[in-house]
Amino acid sequence: MTAPVLEAKGLVKLFGRVVGLNDVDLTLYPGEVLAVIGDNGAGKSTLIKCLSGAMVPDEGSILVNGSAVHFKGPQDARDAGIETVYQTLAVAPALDIASNLFLAREIRRKGPLGSVLRMLDTSAMKQQATEHINRLGITTLQNIGQAVETLSGGQRQAVAVARAGAFGGKVVILDEPTAALGVRETGQVLKLVKDLRDQGLGIILISHNMPNVFEVADRIHIQRLGSCAGVITPRSHSMEDAVAVMTGAKTLTPTSGT
Amino acid sequence: MTAHVDSHAAPTSAEDFLNRRATLSQRIHTVLHRQPALSPAIVLVLAGAVFALLNSRFYQLGNLSLVAQQVAVVGSLAVGQTLVILTAGIDLSIGAVMVLSSLVMSKLAFDHGVPGVLALLIGAALAVAAQAVNGLLVTRIKLPPFIVTLGTLSIFTAATLIFAKGQTVALPPGAFLLWSSQTISLGSLHLTTGVLLMIALYAVIGFALRYTAWGRHLYAVGDDVEASRLAGISVNRVLLSAYMVAGLAIAVAAWILVGRVGGGDPNSGINANLESITAVVIGGTSLFGGRGVVLGSLIGACIVQVFDNGLALAGFDPNYQVLAVGVLVIAAVSVDQWIRSVKS
Ligand SMILES: Nc1ncnc2c1ncn2[C@@H]1O[C@H](COP(=O)(O)OP(=O)(O)O)[C@@H](O)[C@H]1O
Ligand SMILES: [Mg+2]
Repeated sequence: MTAPVLEAKGLVKLFGRVVGLNDVDLTLYPGEVLAVIGDNGAGKSTLIKCLSGAMVPDEGSILVNGSAVHFKGPQDARDAGIETVYQTLAVAPALDIASNLFLAREIRRKGPLGSVLRMLDTSAMKQQATEHINRLGITTLQNIGQAVETLSGGQRQAVAVARAGAFGGKVVILDEPTAALGVRETGQVLKLVKDLRDQGLGIILISHNMPNVFEVADRIHIQRLGSCAGVITPRSHSMEDAVAVMTGAKTLTPTSGT
Repeated sequence: MTAHVDSHAAPTSAEDFLNRRATLSQRIHTVLHRQPALSPAIVLVLAGAVFALLNSRFYQLGNLSLVAQQVAVVGSLAVGQTLVILTAGIDLSIGAVMVLSSLVMSKLAFDHGVPGVLALLIGAALAVAAQAVNGLLVTRIKLPPFIVTLGTLSIFTAATLIFAKGQTVALPPGAFLLWSSQTISLGSLHLTTGVLLMIALYAVIGFALRYTAWGRHLYAVGDDVEASRLAGISVNRVLLSAYMVAGLAIAVAAWILVGRVGGGDPNSGINANLESITAVVIGGTSLFGGRGVVLGSLIGACIVQVFDNGLALAGFDPNYQVLAVGVLVIAAVSVDQWIRSVKS
C-alpha cells in the first residue's frame, strides 16, 4: 500500500480530569475514506480538532507525508494541506458562493490596483470557483453569485465541502457533515465525499449514521471512551459488530481489521 | 428537517402555484437583499418630493446647501459607526471621542501655539488611539461592545470636560483648522470643504469595504464570527481594525466640527452619537452585523436632516421631526428583520 498521508501517534488530550483522548493512533492513506465513529463523548471531535490544528494535543505526534508537524492553529494545518469542514456550517451566509470559497484566501488584482489599492479580482475568483465546482462535479450549485443563505442546507454543506476540496489539499476532515441534512441532501454530500476520494484525497469522516458510514468508508476507526477500540472495514465487520464495539458490548481482538 | 422522498425534482403544479404567488414579495426581498441602500434611497426621494410640494423653497439650491452642511459632521461620524455596526457591534463613545479630538485640536492650536496641521494630526491620532482602546477591550477582554463603549463614553466625556476646564476655544479667522468650513460656491450651491471631506471619506471607506479583502473580512466577521475564524480570518485583527479605522472617520468628523463651531466646545455634538446610530440604521445597515453599505448611512443622515429641514419649512412643530425619525428607525429595523429572514 502507498505511504500514509496523515498519521497520528499516541495522541493524549486531557480536559482537567476528563480524558478527551487517551493514547490514540490514527492512520490515513491517500484516496481513502476513513470513518471515525463512537458514542457521544468518545473523543471524535477532540481527535479531529487535534488533526486540524483547532486544538494542541498534550502528548503524541502528528505526521503529514511522514514528517512531523506541530499545528498551533487551523491555519498551520491548512498550510500543511489539511482542510476541515466543521459540524457547524463554516460559511459566511451573507456572502456569495465564490466569496465563501475564497474567504481568507482572496485573489488580488494584478499590478498597482492589487498591490497599492489592494483591490480584489472578483472575476478571477468567480471563474476559478466555477472551475473548482465543475471539477468536483457539484451539480447542486448553479449560480456562483448567489448568497449562501439562500441555499438549502445540503447546498451550503456542498459549499463547505467544495471549499475544503478546492485548494489542492491532501486531507479533508468532515465532522458530521450530514447531521442536519435530509435524505436526498445527505446523498449529495456523500457523493461529493466519494468524488474527493476518487481524486486521491484522504478523507476523515465523522458520522453517527451507520448506513452512511458503511456506504462510503473504506476503513472505520472506532473511538470509545477516549481510546481507539479498533479499526475495521465494512467488509470484515457488520454494522451490528461496529455498534457493539462502539458501545463496549464486544471487544476486537488486536488482529482484526487493518 | 423532513426528508425528501421524491428524488425527482420535477415541481408539482401545487408547488408551481405557490412559487408564482410568492414571486412578487420574493423579488422585492431579493432586490432589497442585494441593495441594502435601496429602501432608504426611496425614502429620501419620496420625502424630498413631498417636502418640495409642501414648500417650493425646499428644492432651492441654497436650502439644499444648508442641508448638506448640516449633514457633514454626523455623516462623517456615521462612517465610523457603520464600520463598528457591520461587525455586529455598536459604538456609544464615537461622539465623545469626536468632541475630545476636536477640543484637543483647537486647544493645541490656540492655547499652545501648535501649528494647525500638527494639531490636526495629534487630534486624529488621539481619536485612533481612543478607538484602539475600545477595540482592544472588545477583542482582548472579550467584553460586549455596548458595555465597553458605554464605559469609554463616560471616560472620554470626562476627559473632555477636565481638559476643557469649562472653557470653549474660539479660533481666529483664517486658522488652518477652520479650513474645513471654507465655502465652495458653484452658482447658488454653497458647499463647504467639510462636505467634500465627508464625501471623500465615504468614497475611500466605501471602496475599501467593497473591493478589498479587508472589507470582505469585515462583513464575514460581522455575519458569522465562528465561521470566519474557522475559515482562517484573524477575527481579532479585523475587529480591532474596524474600531481604529472608525477612529479616522471620527477625526474627519472632529475637524469638520471644529470648522462648524469655529473652534472647540466641550458641549458641542452632544447628540451626534445617537444621530450617527440613527443614520446607520435608517441607512439599512443591520444591527446584527454583516449587512449594509456605507452609502446607506449617508442617505440615512440626509433623511434625518431633510425631515428636519422640510418639516420646518412646511411649518410643522419641530417635535414632529423627532417623531418622524423615531418611526423611520423602527421601520428600518423591521425591514431589516424581514430581509434577514430567508427561507431556503
Ligand atoms: N473544550 C473542552 N473542555 C472540557 N471538556 C471537553 C472539551 N471538549 C471535549 N471535552 C470532553 O472530552 C470528551 C470527548 O468529547 P468529544 O471529543 O467532543 O466527543 P465526541 O465528539 O465523540 O462526542 C467528553 O467527555 C467531553 O465532555
Ligand atoms: Mg462531536
